[in-house]
Amino acid sequence: MKAVSHLVESRTAAGRFDVARIREDFPILKLKVHGKPLVYFDNGATSQKPQAVIDALSHYYGAENSNIHRGVHYLSERATAAYEEARGRVRGFINARSNQEIIFVRGTTEAINLVTQSYGRTFLKAGDEIIISAMEHHSNIVPWQMLCEQVGAKLRVIPINHDGEIVIDEYRRLLNDKTKFVSVTHVSNALGTIVPVKEIVALAHEMNVPVLLDGAQAVPHLRVDVQDLGCDFYAFSGHKMFGPTGVGVLYGRSDLLDKMPPYQGGGDMISLVTFEKTHYNVLPYKFEAGTPHISGGIGLGAAIDYLAALDWQGLAVHEHALLSYATESLSNIGGLRIIGTAREKAGVLSFVFDHVHAHDIGTILDQEGVAVRSGHHCAMPVMQRFGVPATTRASFAFYNTVEEIDVLVKALHHALKVFD
Amino acid sequence: MSDLDDLYQEVILDHNKSPRNFRPMAGANRKAEGYNPLCGDHVTVFLHLEDGVIRDISFQGSGCAISKASASMMTAELKGKDEAAAQALFDNVHKMLTGETNGDDAADRVGKLAILSGVCKFPARVKCASLAWHTVNAALKGETRPATTE
Repeated sequence: MKAVSHLVESRTAAGRFDVARIREDFPILKLKVHGKPLVYFDNGATSQKPQAVIDALSHYYGAENSNIHRGVHYLSERATAAYEEARGRVRGFINARSNQEIIFVRGTTEAINLVTQSYGRTFLKAGDEIIISAMEHHSNIVPWQMLCEQVGAKLRVIPINHDGEIVIDEYRRLLNDKTKFVSVTHVSNALGTIVPVKEIVALAHEMNVPVLLDGAQAVPHLRVDVQDLGCDFYAFSGHKMFGPTGVGVLYGRSDLLDKMPPYQGGGDMISLVTFEKTHYNVLPYKFEAGTPHISGGIGLGAAIDYLAALDWQGLAVHEHALLSYATESLSNIGGLRIIGTAREKAGVLSFVFDHVHAHDIGTILDQEGVAVRSGHHCAMPVMQRFGVPATTRASFAFYNTVEEIDVLVKALHHALKVFD
Repeated sequence: MSDLDDLYQEVILDHNKSPRNFRPMAGANRKAEGYNPLCGDHVTVFLHLEDGVIRDISFQGSGCAISKASASMMTAELKGKDEAAAQALFDNVHKMLTGETNGDDAADRVGKLAILSGVCKFPARVKCASLAWHTVNAALKGETRPATTE
Protein backbone atom coordinates (compact mmCIF):
# COMPACT_ATOMS: atom_id res chain seq x y z
CA MET A 1 0.00 0.00 0.00
CA LYS A 2 3.04 2.21 0.39
CA ALA A 3 3.29 2.62 -3.38
CA VAL A 4 -0.30 3.80 -3.57
CA SER A 5 0.20 6.45 -0.92
CA HIS A 6 3.23 7.75 -2.84
CA LEU A 7 1.06 8.04 -5.92
CA VAL A 8 -1.52 10.01 -3.97
CA GLU A 9 1.23 12.25 -2.64
CA SER A 10 2.55 12.89 -6.16
CA ARG A 11 -0.93 13.67 -7.41
CA THR A 12 -1.49 16.17 -4.65
CA ALA A 13 1.88 17.85 -5.11
CA ALA A 14 1.29 18.12 -8.84
CA GLY A 15 -2.10 19.65 -8.12
CA ARG A 16 -0.68 22.72 -6.35
CA PHE A 17 0.69 24.26 -9.52
CA ASP A 18 -2.26 25.75 -11.43
CA VAL A 19 -1.72 23.65 -14.52
CA ALA A 20 -5.28 24.08 -15.80
CA ARG A 21 -4.71 27.82 -16.12
CA ILE A 22 -1.25 27.31 -17.67
CA ARG A 23 -2.72 24.98 -20.29
CA GLU A 24 -5.01 27.78 -21.45
CA ASP A 25 -1.88 29.59 -22.66
CA PHE A 26 -1.04 26.81 -25.13
CA PRO A 27 -3.68 26.65 -27.90
CA ILE A 28 -2.39 23.38 -29.40
CA LEU A 29 -3.17 21.51 -26.17
CA LYS A 30 -6.88 21.73 -27.04
CA LEU A 31 -6.28 19.64 -30.15
CA LYS A 32 -7.82 16.21 -30.69
CA VAL A 33 -5.76 13.50 -32.34
CA HIS A 34 -7.54 10.48 -33.85
CA GLY A 35 -10.63 11.70 -31.97
CA LYS A 36 -8.84 11.71 -28.59
CA PRO A 37 -7.52 14.69 -26.59
CA LEU A 38 -3.87 15.28 -27.43
CA VAL A 39 -1.48 14.09 -24.73
CA TYR A 40 1.81 15.68 -25.69
CA PHE A 41 4.75 13.83 -24.15
CA ASP A 42 7.34 14.62 -26.82
CA ASN A 43 8.63 17.81 -25.22
CA GLY A 44 12.22 16.58 -25.40
CA ALA A 45 11.95 16.75 -29.19
CA THR A 46 10.28 20.14 -29.19
CA SER A 47 7.99 21.93 -26.77
CA GLN A 48 4.67 23.55 -27.59
CA LYS A 49 4.37 27.34 -27.83
CA PRO A 50 2.32 29.67 -25.64
CA GLN A 51 0.01 32.18 -27.32
CA ALA A 52 2.38 34.96 -26.24
CA VAL A 53 5.14 33.53 -28.47
CA ILE A 54 2.78 32.96 -31.40
CA ASP A 55 1.53 36.55 -31.01
CA ALA A 56 5.07 37.93 -30.89
CA LEU A 57 5.89 36.31 -34.24
CA SER A 58 2.67 37.55 -35.75
CA HIS A 59 3.16 41.05 -34.34
CA TYR A 60 6.68 41.25 -35.70
CA TYR A 61 5.60 40.37 -39.24
CA GLY A 62 2.46 42.50 -39.02
CA ALA A 63 3.95 45.63 -37.46
CA GLU A 64 7.76 45.61 -37.27
CA ASN A 65 9.15 43.55 -40.15
CA SER A 66 12.34 45.04 -41.50
CA ASN A 67 15.99 44.15 -41.78
CA ILE A 68 18.10 45.01 -38.77
CA HIS A 69 21.38 46.82 -38.09
CA ARG A 70 21.31 48.73 -41.38
CA GLY A 71 18.34 50.91 -42.29
CA VAL A 72 17.91 54.36 -40.79
CA HIS A 73 14.18 54.22 -41.34
CA TYR A 74 11.54 53.79 -38.67
CA LEU A 75 10.83 50.08 -39.17
CA SER A 76 14.46 49.07 -39.27
CA GLU A 77 15.14 50.89 -36.03
CA ARG A 78 12.12 49.30 -34.45
CA ALA A 79 13.04 45.76 -35.61
CA THR A 80 16.64 46.28 -34.48
CA ALA A 81 15.48 47.43 -31.06
CA ALA A 82 13.14 44.44 -30.69
CA TYR A 83 15.85 41.98 -31.72
CA GLU A 84 18.45 43.50 -29.42
CA GLU A 85 15.99 43.64 -26.54
CA ALA A 86 15.48 39.90 -27.06
CA ARG A 87 19.23 39.43 -26.78
CA GLY A 88 19.11 41.31 -23.49
CA ARG A 89 16.37 39.00 -22.25
CA VAL A 90 18.49 35.96 -23.12
CA ARG A 91 21.39 37.52 -21.21
CA GLY A 92 19.21 37.92 -18.15
CA PHE A 93 17.74 34.44 -18.56
CA ILE A 94 21.12 32.72 -18.19
CA ASN A 95 22.78 35.53 -16.21
CA ALA A 96 25.59 36.24 -18.67
CA ARG A 97 27.75 39.29 -17.92
CA SER A 98 26.95 41.18 -21.10
CA ASN A 99 24.92 41.08 -24.32
CA GLN A 100 28.19 40.63 -26.20
CA GLU A 101 28.35 37.10 -24.89
CA ILE A 102 25.00 36.13 -26.43
CA ILE A 103 25.31 34.89 -30.01
CA PHE A 104 22.14 34.02 -31.86
CA VAL A 105 22.47 30.84 -33.90
CA ARG A 106 20.05 28.36 -35.49
CA GLY A 107 20.06 26.02 -32.52
CA THR A 108 22.22 23.94 -30.18
CA THR A 109 23.71 22.02 -33.10
CA GLU A 110 24.94 25.16 -34.82
CA ALA A 111 26.23 26.55 -31.52
CA ILE A 112 28.41 23.47 -30.99
CA ASN A 113 29.60 23.50 -34.59
CA LEU A 114 30.54 27.15 -34.18
CA VAL A 115 32.75 26.28 -31.22
CA THR A 116 34.36 23.22 -32.84
CA GLN A 117 35.08 25.04 -36.10
CA SER A 118 36.10 28.43 -34.72
CA TYR A 119 37.69 27.67 -31.35
CA GLY A 120 38.61 24.05 -32.09
CA ARG A 121 40.30 24.55 -35.45
CA THR A 122 42.22 27.53 -34.14
CA PHE A 123 43.43 26.24 -30.80
CA LEU A 124 43.52 22.44 -31.02
CA LYS A 125 46.22 20.43 -32.74
CA ALA A 126 47.36 16.87 -33.38
CA GLY A 127 47.63 14.81 -30.20
CA ASP A 128 45.29 17.03 -28.16
CA GLU A 129 42.38 15.35 -26.42
CA ILE A 130 38.71 16.30 -26.22
CA ILE A 131 36.49 14.82 -23.53
CA ILE A 132 32.78 14.18 -24.01
CA SER A 133 30.45 11.79 -22.14
CA ALA A 134 28.81 8.51 -23.13
CA MET A 135 25.36 10.09 -23.03
CA GLU A 136 25.78 12.89 -25.52
CA HIS A 137 23.29 13.67 -28.27
CA HIS A 138 24.80 13.12 -31.73
CA SER A 139 25.13 16.90 -32.03
CA ASN A 140 27.70 16.87 -29.22
CA ILE A 141 29.59 13.91 -30.72
CA VAL A 142 29.76 14.34 -34.48
CA PRO A 143 31.07 17.97 -34.60
CA TRP A 144 33.94 16.89 -32.29
CA GLN A 145 34.66 13.84 -34.45
CA MET A 146 34.82 16.12 -37.49
CA LEU A 147 37.21 18.41 -35.63
CA CYS A 148 39.35 15.41 -34.63
CA GLU A 149 39.63 14.44 -38.29
CA GLN A 150 40.55 17.99 -39.25
CA VAL A 151 43.27 18.63 -36.66
CA GLY A 152 44.31 15.13 -35.56
CA ALA A 153 42.93 15.45 -32.03
CA LYS A 154 41.53 12.48 -30.11
CA LEU A 155 38.06 12.01 -28.62
CA ARG A 156 37.88 10.55 -25.10
CA VAL A 157 34.55 9.43 -23.64
CA ILE A 158 33.55 9.49 -19.95
CA PRO A 159 31.63 6.26 -19.26
CA ILE A 160 28.24 6.18 -17.55
CA ASN A 161 27.03 3.69 -14.96
CA HIS A 162 23.98 1.47 -15.20
CA ASP A 163 21.70 4.19 -13.84
CA GLY A 164 22.87 6.54 -16.58
CA GLU A 165 25.10 8.72 -14.41
CA ILE A 166 28.53 10.02 -15.33
CA VAL A 167 31.33 8.20 -13.51
CA ILE A 168 33.21 11.16 -12.07
CA ASP A 169 36.28 9.12 -11.07
CA GLU A 170 36.66 8.02 -14.69
CA TYR A 171 36.39 11.64 -15.75
CA ARG A 172 39.18 12.58 -13.32
CA ARG A 173 41.30 9.83 -14.83
CA LEU A 174 40.67 11.04 -18.38
CA LEU A 175 41.67 14.63 -17.60
CA ASN A 176 45.36 15.10 -18.33
CA ASP A 177 47.88 17.51 -19.83
CA LYS A 178 46.71 16.64 -23.34
CA THR A 179 43.10 17.53 -22.58
CA LYS A 180 42.26 20.73 -24.41
CA PHE A 181 38.46 20.76 -24.32
CA VAL A 182 35.55 19.26 -22.38
CA SER A 183 32.03 19.22 -23.83
CA VAL A 184 29.18 17.56 -21.95
CA THR A 185 25.44 17.71 -21.74
CA HIS A 186 23.70 19.42 -18.81
CA VAL A 187 20.64 17.14 -19.00
CA SER A 188 20.61 13.92 -21.04
CA ASN A 189 17.93 13.92 -23.74
CA ALA A 190 17.63 10.13 -23.81
CA LEU A 191 17.83 9.39 -20.08
CA GLY A 192 16.86 12.60 -18.31
CA THR A 193 19.98 12.54 -16.12
CA ILE A 194 20.95 15.89 -14.63
CA VAL A 195 24.73 15.95 -14.92
CA PRO A 196 26.81 17.51 -12.09
CA VAL A 197 28.18 20.05 -14.52
CA LYS A 198 29.45 22.49 -11.93
CA GLU A 199 31.83 19.85 -10.64
CA ILE A 200 32.81 18.88 -14.19
CA VAL A 201 33.60 22.51 -15.02
CA ALA A 202 35.61 23.00 -11.81
CA LEU A 203 37.74 19.91 -12.43
CA ALA A 204 38.46 20.98 -16.02
CA HIS A 205 39.34 24.50 -14.92
CA GLU A 206 41.92 23.13 -12.49
CA MET A 207 43.71 22.00 -15.65
CA ASN A 208 42.91 25.26 -17.53
CA VAL A 209 40.63 23.38 -19.91
CA PRO A 210 37.57 25.21 -21.31
CA VAL A 211 34.14 23.58 -21.03
CA LEU A 212 31.06 23.71 -23.24
CA LEU A 213 27.73 22.65 -21.79
CA ASP A 214 24.92 21.42 -24.05
CA GLY A 215 21.92 22.96 -22.34
CA ALA A 216 19.24 22.03 -24.88
CA GLN A 217 17.35 19.80 -22.41
CA ALA A 218 18.23 21.82 -19.32
CA VAL A 219 16.80 25.26 -20.07
CA PRO A 220 13.15 24.08 -20.23
CA HIS A 221 13.43 22.57 -16.73
CA LEU A 222 16.16 24.24 -14.69
CA ARG A 223 17.19 27.75 -13.80
CA VAL A 224 20.53 28.21 -15.52
CA ASP A 225 23.15 30.68 -14.32
CA VAL A 226 26.24 30.51 -16.53
CA GLN A 227 28.35 32.50 -14.07
CA ASP A 228 27.45 30.17 -11.24
CA LEU A 229 28.13 27.10 -13.40
CA GLY A 230 31.40 28.70 -14.45
CA CYS A 231 31.24 27.22 -17.94
CA ASP A 232 33.04 28.82 -20.89
CA PHE A 233 30.33 28.07 -23.44
CA TYR A 234 26.65 27.19 -23.05
CA ALA A 235 24.50 26.12 -26.00
CA PHE A 236 20.71 25.81 -26.24
CA SER A 237 17.78 25.89 -28.65
CA GLY A 238 14.73 28.16 -28.58
CA HIS A 239 12.22 25.55 -29.70
CA LYS A 240 12.73 23.23 -26.73
CA MET A 241 12.04 26.08 -24.31
CA PHE A 242 8.66 27.15 -25.71
CA GLY A 243 10.15 29.47 -28.35
CA PRO A 244 10.29 29.19 -32.15
CA THR A 245 12.33 26.67 -34.15
CA GLY A 246 15.36 27.88 -36.06
CA VAL A 247 16.79 30.07 -33.32
CA GLY A 248 19.17 29.17 -30.54
CA VAL A 249 21.92 30.64 -28.46
CA LEU A 250 25.61 30.23 -27.94
CA TYR A 251 26.81 31.86 -24.75
CA GLY A 252 30.57 32.30 -24.71
CA ARG A 253 32.92 34.07 -22.35
CA SER A 254 33.84 37.30 -24.12
CA ASP A 255 37.60 36.87 -23.64
CA LEU A 256 37.40 33.54 -25.49
CA LEU A 257 35.01 34.82 -28.17
CA ASP A 258 37.38 37.74 -28.77
CA LYS A 259 40.23 35.36 -29.56
CA MET A 260 38.16 33.23 -31.92
CA PRO A 261 37.93 33.84 -35.69
CA PRO A 262 34.47 34.26 -37.28
CA TYR A 263 32.53 31.08 -38.02
CA GLN A 264 30.95 32.32 -41.25
CA GLY A 265 31.69 35.31 -43.43
CA GLY A 266 29.14 37.69 -44.88
CA GLY A 267 27.10 40.75 -44.11
CA ASP A 268 26.67 42.16 -40.60
CA MET A 269 29.83 40.44 -39.26
CA ILE A 270 32.17 43.05 -40.73
CA SER A 271 33.11 46.62 -39.86
CA LEU A 272 35.06 47.40 -43.03
CA VAL A 273 35.51 45.48 -46.26
CA THR A 274 38.03 46.17 -48.99
CA PHE A 275 39.43 43.65 -51.48
CA GLU A 276 42.72 43.82 -49.60
CA LYS A 277 41.47 43.27 -46.08
CA THR A 278 38.30 42.94 -44.08
CA HIS A 279 37.89 44.08 -40.48
CA TYR A 280 35.48 42.06 -38.44
CA ASN A 281 32.67 43.49 -36.42
CA VAL A 282 32.65 43.53 -32.62
CA LEU A 283 31.00 40.89 -30.46
CA PRO A 284 28.49 39.38 -30.79
CA TYR A 285 28.01 40.44 -34.44
CA LYS A 286 31.35 38.94 -35.50
CA PHE A 287 29.61 35.56 -35.25
CA GLU A 288 26.31 36.54 -36.86
CA ALA A 289 26.85 36.63 -40.61
CA GLY A 290 23.87 37.37 -42.83
CA THR A 291 20.34 38.40 -41.97
CA PRO A 292 19.46 36.45 -38.84
CA HIS A 293 16.19 34.79 -37.82
CA ILE A 294 14.83 38.12 -36.56
CA SER A 295 11.33 36.93 -35.72
CA GLY A 296 12.84 33.86 -34.07
CA GLY A 297 14.99 35.96 -31.77
CA ILE A 298 12.02 38.13 -30.86
CA GLY A 299 9.88 35.02 -30.31
CA LEU A 300 12.56 33.58 -28.04
CA GLY A 301 12.50 36.82 -26.07
CA ALA A 302 8.73 36.41 -25.69
CA ALA A 303 9.21 32.82 -24.48
CA ILE A 304 11.66 34.06 -21.85
CA ASP A 305 9.16 36.71 -20.71
CA TYR A 306 6.54 33.99 -20.47
CA LEU A 307 8.80 31.74 -18.41
CA ALA A 308 9.87 34.62 -16.17
CA ALA A 309 6.26 35.18 -15.14
CA LEU A 310 5.80 31.57 -13.99
CA ASP A 311 6.06 30.41 -10.40
CA TRP A 312 9.33 28.48 -10.76
CA GLN A 313 9.21 26.99 -7.34
CA GLY A 314 5.75 25.60 -8.00
CA LEU A 315 6.86 24.54 -11.46
CA ALA A 316 9.80 22.55 -10.09
CA VAL A 317 7.56 20.79 -7.56
CA HIS A 318 4.98 20.04 -10.26
CA GLU A 319 7.55 18.63 -12.70
CA HIS A 320 9.15 16.54 -9.98
CA ALA A 321 5.74 15.18 -8.99
CA LEU A 322 4.94 14.36 -12.64
CA LEU A 323 8.17 12.43 -13.00
CA SER A 324 7.72 10.51 -9.72
CA TYR A 325 4.11 9.73 -10.53
CA ALA A 326 5.03 8.54 -14.04
CA THR A 327 8.01 6.53 -12.79
CA GLU A 328 5.93 4.78 -10.20
CA SER A 329 2.91 4.20 -12.46
CA LEU A 330 5.04 2.77 -15.26
CA SER A 331 7.10 0.62 -12.90
CA ASN A 332 3.89 -1.18 -12.01
CA ILE A 333 3.41 -2.34 -15.62
CA GLY A 334 4.65 -5.90 -16.05
CA GLY A 335 7.61 -6.36 -18.40
CA LEU A 336 8.39 -2.65 -18.56
CA ARG A 337 11.97 -1.61 -17.88
CA ILE A 338 12.95 2.02 -17.31
CA ILE A 339 16.21 3.09 -18.97
CA GLY A 340 17.84 5.91 -17.04
CA THR A 341 17.41 5.73 -13.30
CA ALA A 342 19.76 8.48 -12.16
CA ARG A 343 19.14 10.02 -8.74
CA GLU A 344 18.91 13.49 -10.30
CA LYS A 345 16.58 13.53 -13.29
CA ALA A 346 14.57 16.06 -15.26
CA GLY A 347 11.33 15.40 -17.09
CA VAL A 348 12.30 12.31 -19.14
CA LEU A 349 11.11 8.73 -18.86
CA SER A 350 12.65 6.26 -21.32
CA PHE A 351 11.48 2.67 -21.25
CA VAL A 352 11.47 -0.63 -23.11
CA PHE A 353 9.49 -3.87 -23.16
CA ASP A 354 11.22 -7.18 -23.79
CA HIS A 355 8.78 -8.34 -26.43
CA VAL A 356 7.30 -5.16 -27.88
CA HIS A 357 9.39 -2.76 -29.94
CA ALA A 358 9.34 0.98 -29.21
CA HIS A 359 8.08 1.71 -32.71
CA ASP A 360 5.00 -0.43 -32.26
CA ILE A 361 4.35 1.19 -28.88
CA GLY A 362 4.66 4.62 -30.51
CA THR A 363 2.09 3.82 -33.19
CA ILE A 364 -0.42 2.35 -30.75
CA LEU A 365 -0.04 5.25 -28.29
CA ASP A 366 -0.55 7.69 -31.16
CA GLN A 367 -3.92 6.11 -31.89
CA GLU A 368 -4.87 7.00 -28.30
CA GLY A 369 -3.78 10.60 -28.84
CA VAL A 370 -0.52 10.15 -26.91
CA ALA A 371 2.58 11.61 -28.61
CA VAL A 372 5.86 10.05 -27.49
CA ARG A 373 9.19 9.56 -29.20
CA SER A 374 10.27 6.08 -30.17
CA GLY A 375 13.73 5.42 -31.48
CA HIS A 376 17.33 6.08 -30.55
CA HIS A 377 16.78 9.77 -29.69
CA CYS A 378 19.85 10.83 -31.70
CA ALA A 379 21.91 9.11 -29.02
CA MET A 380 22.82 5.76 -30.57
CA PRO A 381 25.81 5.23 -28.23
CA VAL A 382 23.42 5.47 -25.26
CA MET A 383 21.24 2.75 -26.79
CA GLN A 384 24.36 0.60 -27.31
CA ARG A 385 25.41 1.18 -23.71
CA PHE A 386 22.10 -0.23 -22.46
CA GLY A 387 21.93 -2.96 -25.11
CA VAL A 388 18.61 -1.84 -26.56
CA PRO A 389 17.89 -0.91 -30.20
CA ALA A 390 15.46 1.85 -29.24
CA THR A 391 13.35 3.13 -26.37
CA THR A 392 10.01 4.81 -25.98
CA ARG A 393 10.50 8.22 -24.39
CA ALA A 394 7.87 10.23 -22.61
CA SER A 395 9.26 13.70 -21.93
CA PHE A 396 7.29 16.16 -19.85
CA ALA A 397 6.76 19.89 -19.67
CA PHE A 398 5.12 21.93 -16.91
CA TYR A 399 1.81 21.93 -18.81
CA ASN A 400 1.47 18.15 -18.51
CA THR A 401 -0.80 16.60 -15.89
CA VAL A 402 -1.01 13.43 -13.82
CA GLU A 403 -4.29 12.65 -15.60
CA GLU A 404 -2.35 12.57 -18.87
CA ILE A 405 0.04 10.05 -17.33
CA ASP A 406 -2.98 7.92 -16.49
CA VAL A 407 -3.94 8.05 -20.18
CA LEU A 408 -0.41 6.93 -21.09
CA VAL A 409 -0.59 4.00 -18.68
CA LYS A 410 -3.96 2.92 -20.03
CA ALA A 411 -2.68 3.17 -23.61
CA LEU A 412 0.37 1.07 -22.70
CA HIS A 413 -1.89 -1.64 -21.30
CA HIS A 414 -3.81 -1.52 -24.57
CA ALA A 415 -0.57 -1.92 -26.54
CA LEU A 416 0.42 -4.91 -24.42
CA LYS A 417 -2.95 -6.51 -25.12
CA VAL A 418 -2.35 -6.22 -28.88
CA PHE A 419 0.95 -8.07 -28.50
CA ASP A 420 -0.24 -10.51 -25.86
CA MET B 1 -11.82 -2.69 -38.87
CA SER B 2 -9.86 0.25 -37.46
CA ASP B 3 -6.61 1.34 -39.09
CA LEU B 4 -4.74 -0.05 -36.11
CA ASP B 5 -6.36 -3.50 -36.38
CA ASP B 6 -5.59 -3.35 -40.08
CA LEU B 7 -1.92 -2.74 -39.29
CA TYR B 8 -1.55 -5.35 -36.57
CA GLN B 9 -3.48 -8.26 -38.08
CA GLU B 10 -3.19 -11.73 -36.57
CA VAL B 11 -0.92 -12.96 -39.37
CA ILE B 12 1.48 -10.08 -38.79
CA LEU B 13 1.52 -10.61 -35.04
CA ASP B 14 2.16 -14.31 -35.62
CA HIS B 15 5.12 -13.65 -37.94
CA ASN B 16 6.46 -11.21 -35.35
CA LYS B 17 6.19 -13.77 -32.58
CA SER B 18 7.56 -16.70 -34.57
CA PRO B 19 9.46 -15.30 -37.53
CA ARG B 20 10.13 -17.80 -40.34
CA ASN B 21 13.67 -18.33 -41.61
CA PHE B 22 15.05 -16.27 -38.73
CA ARG B 23 18.58 -17.67 -38.65
CA PRO B 24 22.05 -17.04 -40.02
CA MET B 25 23.04 -19.08 -43.08
CA ALA B 26 26.49 -20.65 -43.21
CA GLY B 27 26.43 -21.46 -46.92
CA ALA B 28 25.07 -18.10 -48.10
CA ASN B 29 26.63 -16.77 -51.29
CA ARG B 30 24.90 -13.38 -51.03
CA LYS B 31 24.41 -11.32 -47.94
CA ALA B 32 23.37 -7.75 -47.30
CA GLU B 33 22.76 -5.55 -44.27
CA GLY B 34 20.05 -2.96 -43.96
CA TYR B 35 19.64 -0.07 -41.53
CA ASN B 36 16.81 2.27 -40.86
CA PRO B 37 18.72 5.26 -39.47
CA LEU B 38 15.49 6.82 -38.24
CA CYS B 39 14.72 4.16 -35.65
CA GLY B 40 17.81 2.00 -35.48
CA ASP B 41 16.22 -1.08 -37.04
CA HIS B 42 18.82 -3.45 -38.37
CA VAL B 43 18.43 -6.50 -40.61
CA THR B 44 20.80 -8.92 -42.32
CA VAL B 45 19.47 -10.97 -45.24
CA PHE B 46 21.24 -14.17 -46.36
CA LEU B 47 20.71 -15.75 -49.77
CA HIS B 48 21.76 -18.97 -51.36
CA LEU B 49 21.49 -18.24 -55.06
CA GLU B 50 21.92 -21.00 -57.64
CA ASP B 51 21.45 -20.55 -61.39
CA GLY B 52 19.62 -17.31 -60.74
CA VAL B 53 17.14 -18.97 -58.36
CA ILE B 54 16.80 -18.26 -54.62
CA ARG B 55 17.29 -21.76 -53.20
CA ASP B 56 17.40 -20.55 -49.60
CA ILE B 57 16.82 -17.26 -47.83
CA SER B 58 17.01 -16.24 -44.18
CA PHE B 59 17.33 -13.12 -42.05
CA GLN B 60 18.49 -11.86 -38.67
CA GLY B 61 18.29 -8.55 -36.87
CA SER B 62 16.23 -6.43 -34.57
CA GLY B 63 13.27 -4.27 -35.32
CA CYS B 64 9.62 -3.61 -34.68
CA ALA B 65 6.77 -6.05 -35.32
CA ILE B 66 6.13 -4.59 -38.77
CA SER B 67 9.72 -4.88 -39.93
CA LYS B 68 10.12 -8.38 -38.51
CA ALA B 69 6.84 -9.66 -39.92
CA SER B 70 7.56 -8.11 -43.31
CA ALA B 71 11.00 -9.74 -43.39
CA SER B 72 9.59 -13.10 -42.29
CA MET B 73 6.83 -13.07 -44.91
CA MET B 74 9.31 -11.93 -47.51
CA THR B 75 11.59 -14.92 -46.94
CA ALA B 76 8.62 -17.29 -47.21
CA GLU B 77 7.51 -15.71 -50.48
CA LEU B 78 10.92 -15.42 -52.13
CA LYS B 79 12.16 -18.96 -51.55
CA GLY B 80 12.26 -20.75 -54.90
CA LYS B 81 11.73 -17.60 -57.00
CA ASP B 82 14.19 -16.51 -59.68
CA GLU B 83 15.79 -13.08 -59.66
CA ALA B 84 13.37 -11.55 -62.16
CA ALA B 85 10.34 -12.71 -60.18
CA ALA B 86 11.91 -11.45 -56.95
CA GLN B 87 12.54 -8.07 -58.55
CA ALA B 88 8.95 -7.87 -59.82
CA LEU B 89 7.63 -8.73 -56.36
CA PHE B 90 9.90 -6.08 -54.77
CA ASP B 91 8.50 -3.46 -57.15
CA ASN B 92 4.90 -4.44 -56.43
CA VAL B 93 5.37 -4.58 -52.67
CA HIS B 94 7.01 -1.18 -52.76
CA LYS B 95 4.07 0.26 -54.70
CA MET B 96 1.64 -1.28 -52.24
CA LEU B 97 3.45 0.05 -49.16
CA THR B 98 3.67 3.55 -50.51
CA GLY B 99 -0.01 3.49 -51.44
CA GLU B 100 0.50 3.59 -55.20
CA THR B 101 -1.79 0.58 -55.60
CA ASN B 102 -5.01 0.06 -53.68
CA GLY B 103 -5.81 -2.98 -51.57
CA ASP B 104 -7.55 -5.14 -54.20
CA ASP B 105 -4.95 -4.37 -56.81
CA ALA B 106 -2.25 -5.25 -54.34
CA ALA B 107 -3.84 -8.60 -53.54
CA ASP B 108 -3.67 -9.55 -57.21
CA ARG B 109 -0.05 -8.58 -57.54
CA VAL B 110 1.54 -9.64 -54.28
CA GLY B 111 -0.62 -12.50 -53.05
CA LYS B 112 -0.40 -13.14 -49.31
CA LEU B 113 1.74 -10.07 -48.80
CA ALA B 114 -1.35 -7.92 -49.36
CA ILE B 115 -1.81 -8.26 -45.61
CA LEU B 116 0.90 -5.61 -45.28
CA SER B 117 -1.16 -3.08 -47.22
CA GLY B 118 -2.48 -1.54 -43.97
CA VAL B 119 0.95 0.00 -43.49
CA CYS B 120 0.38 2.65 -46.14
CA LYS B 121 -2.04 4.41 -43.76
CA PHE B 122 0.86 4.87 -41.33
CA PRO B 123 3.43 6.90 -43.29
CA ALA B 124 5.93 6.76 -40.43
CA ARG B 125 5.91 2.95 -40.61
CA VAL B 126 6.36 2.42 -44.36
CA LYS B 127 10.11 2.26 -43.92
CA CYS B 128 9.77 -0.43 -41.24
CA ALA B 129 7.94 -2.65 -43.70
CA SER B 130 10.22 -1.93 -46.64
CA LEU B 131 13.61 -2.34 -44.92
CA ALA B 132 13.97 -6.09 -45.52
CA TRP B 133 12.91 -5.63 -49.14
CA HIS B 134 15.51 -2.96 -49.78
CA THR B 135 18.04 -5.24 -48.17
CA VAL B 136 17.22 -8.30 -50.28
CA ASN B 137 17.33 -6.09 -53.34
CA ALA B 138 20.85 -5.01 -52.37
CA ALA B 139 21.84 -8.64 -51.77
CA LEU B 140 20.56 -9.65 -55.21
CA LYS B 141 22.48 -6.81 -56.83
CA GLY B 142 25.59 -7.84 -54.88
CA GLU B 143 25.98 -4.42 -53.30
CA THR B 144 28.50 -4.16 -50.52
CA ARG B 145 27.28 -0.96 -48.88
CA PRO B 146 24.55 -1.43 -46.25
CA ALA B 147 21.09 -0.76 -47.65
CA THR B 148 19.08 1.98 -46.01
CA THR B 149 15.50 3.06 -46.27
CA GLU B 150 16.53 6.66 -46.92
